[in-house]
Amino acid sequence: MLSRTADHLYWMSRYTERAENIARFLDVNLRMSLMPVELGEGQTDPVVTHGWQATLAITGLEDAFQSAGHELRPERVLEYMVFDRNNPSSIYSCLRAARENAHAVRGTITADMWETTNATWLKFRDYPREQLQGTAVAELFDWVKFRSHLTRGVAAGTLLRDEAWHFMRIGTFIERADSTARFLDVNYQILEDGVATPSVEAEYYQWSALLMSVSALEMYRKVFSDKVSPSRAADLLVFNQRMPRSLASCMREVYQNLCKIKNNRSQDAQRRAGGMSAALEFGRIEDVMEEGMHEYLTGFINSLADLGLCINNDYLSLN
Amino acid sequence: MLSEPIYDEMHDEAGLVRQHYGKYERWLQATDPSRIAQKRVEADRVFNRAGITFSVYGESDGKERLIPFDLIPRIIPGKEWKQLEKGLKQRVLALNLFLHDIYHRQKILRDGVVPDEYIIGNAQYRPEMRDVDVPGGVYAHIAGIDIVRAGDEYYVLEDNLRVPSGVSYMLENRRLMMRLFPELFSSNRIAPVEHYPDLLLSSLRAVHPVGVVDPTVVVLTPGAYNSAYFEHAFLAHNMGVDLVEGKDLFVENETVFKRTIHGPKRVDVIYRRVDDDFLDPLVFRSDSMLGVPGLMSAYRAGRVTLANAIGTGVADDKSIYPFVPDIIRYYLSEEPILNNVPTYQCRKPEDLAYTLEHLPELVVKETHGAGGYGMLVGPTSTQAEIEAFRSRLKANPNAYIAQPTLALSACPTFVENGVAPRHIDLRPFVLSSGKSSTMVPGGLTRVALKEGSLVVNSSQGGGTKDTWVVEGAC
Repeated sequence: MLSRTADHLYWMSRYTERAENIARFLDVNLRMSLMPVELGEGQTDPVVTHGWQATLAITGLEDAFQSAGHELRPERVLEYMVFDRNNPSSIYSCLRAARENAHAVRGTITADMWETTNATWLKFRDYPREQLQGTAVAELFDWVKFRSHLTRGVAAGTLLRDEAWHFMRIGTFIERADSTARFLDVNYQILEDGVATPSVEAEYYQWSALLMSVSALEMYRKVFSDKVSPSRAADLLVFNQRMPRSLASCMREVYQNLCKIKNNRSQDAQRRAGGMSAALEFGRIEDVMEEGMHEYLTGFINSLADLGLCINNDYLSLN
Repeated sequence: MLSEPIYDEMHDEAGLVRQHYGKYERWLQATDPSRIAQKRVEADRVFNRAGITFSVYGESDGKERLIPFDLIPRIIPGKEWKQLEKGLKQRVLALNLFLHDIYHRQKILRDGVVPDEYIIGNAQYRPEMRDVDVPGGVYAHIAGIDIVRAGDEYYVLEDNLRVPSGVSYMLENRRLMMRLFPELFSSNRIAPVEHYPDLLLSSLRAVHPVGVVDPTVVVLTPGAYNSAYFEHAFLAHNMGVDLVEGKDLFVENETVFKRTIHGPKRVDVIYRRVDDDFLDPLVFRSDSMLGVPGLMSAYRAGRVTLANAIGTGVADDKSIYPFVPDIIRYYLSEEPILNNVPTYQCRKPEDLAYTLEHLPELVVKETHGAGGYGMLVGPTSTQAEIEAFRSRLKANPNAYIAQPTLALSACPTFVENGVAPRHIDLRPFVLSSGKSSTMVPGGLTRVALKEGSLVVNSSQGGGTKDTWVVEGAC
């Protein structure tokens, strides 16, 4: 396969996954802002404010948002993260980038695959944005998630299991691992920074909203049959091999797909991915807690970025 | 030809339905118009979602547009098609022999059949191709010959031997028609066209360089922003070969390689959809970012095949067009099967004089023009347009030819208020690979959607139709 083709496939999947994850981030914030809190007149809930701020921080957009002169209000953040075409991480930009990458390789992917990605973009582009309020917002996020499910499903159902498939899978799971790690990090920071001393109920709502946003609340109940606690939620999202958005299962996918596309330059990429996957397979949440969640996740995100560079050098760059 | 009544593809002079349209017409009469209207909406949706679009040069919004698709097919009786097919293969065979000759011994020039200055002074003639031997002696591997019907006769309007496009629309139109109206395909015996990509791949593989056993074929595109990108991707996809851009290829030791995730891999046959000028910045336009430096050296060394060959433009140039019947006679010792349109060569003083005198009734074209740009259609132009064109023509007569305005045949077409006849043409595709040439029955039918318009180009508001060759009719 052409290196350029592999590059487009990889980024096509990453952007598709990213659009979904942004929708998930925004969705959890929206849910949290619906939580009942007792506030004085004119006060805003510090947890909620922190959540919106964190959404921007996750995508590295805090400064860009502020320098564009926006005010930190939910509608503004939503508008910025959903529709702003100058924001490279908005859902709009992600779906457009996914479509453009697909367009560049439409000769390689199946017609079903291309048409799904193209139709998603066309529909989103023409979405009447003045309607973005109330329940329509949640519906839009659901739609984005479903289109992402559909895109992966169409790929799974129609693509030959060749190199193209493996590159798409690698893109999907690198992006998802990155997103889960950032997600968890932000929510832990709310605890660790002592932004607020949440009540027992507030903590319960925060973490169940988080689990729900990564489709993990039901799984949590099945795995633990107990009340929601931050450390168990972290255990689920970091180490559980059977949880499809956990770091462990994402990294196993990345490693296994990388092994299928070995070339004579790629030992380093395989070694790194294998190392990360093994550490997640045999790690324990207690050790992570001892090290500090934030330190652990920062380390993970950095290693993942290094792996991405390594894949780029070994397969994708043209030189 | 102008004075003749317009030939209606569906109805004869008495207004009766022609035999080969009989079944279709009965179906159309029996079908609820609201169902057809609904199918038209579905057709647009399918094309939009599939991104079967083209971009128009010079339109600043950069948006891709749909080529309007008309649901009423153009039907050609099998017997007429047989004759067309023979004529098309004959014509392309002669043009390939002509190209080989003018890049080798130039017998035809020495025998005075085509004047020297038409070739040597022609910007499309590539001296770099002198004495280069191409596999099978094939230059135009893929030829798109534009055919029109006027009265009872078919005429060749134009030969396209460089990078003719449109075949993907032919295939998508068929796919869509089968999806929308499957019942039509079980009741009519319509010759299939879907195997075109297989034929294309076989003919590309057949012209591999000497000594290659299992040739690797790629399609070379200028990129995703090219107006015909959809087609490039479509063909690569349906042949199962890589769609490459110039930057995906490089040349080392006169051999072309593609950059893959497993390192360089040799490429043997390039179906290139990039114009000559942009193919190799070391030989042609040095500012080209679309080409591959050194490609020409590998090509001249016989280490890679380009389809089409470099320098085919000299044979489809409109200044050569008037000579094609003689070219056929010269190389094949046969009479041409297909008609040429009588042509005035404005470089000849007497032809120029005639043309200037009769501008309101003629079609005047640039010899290097394409896509319906830079031409004058006398009968549909205003006095001011004619006068403006007259001064351009006088300033540079060598650059123009003139032809009588043909009464192009018309085919019933869905328009705003129901069904009305609109002018059509036909672009069939001839695939050549040395000893043999192949075609799928039919081609791309283009239709001028504006009432009375004779310009069918998609860049000028033309649409397309599915083209049926109906076996056993007539």
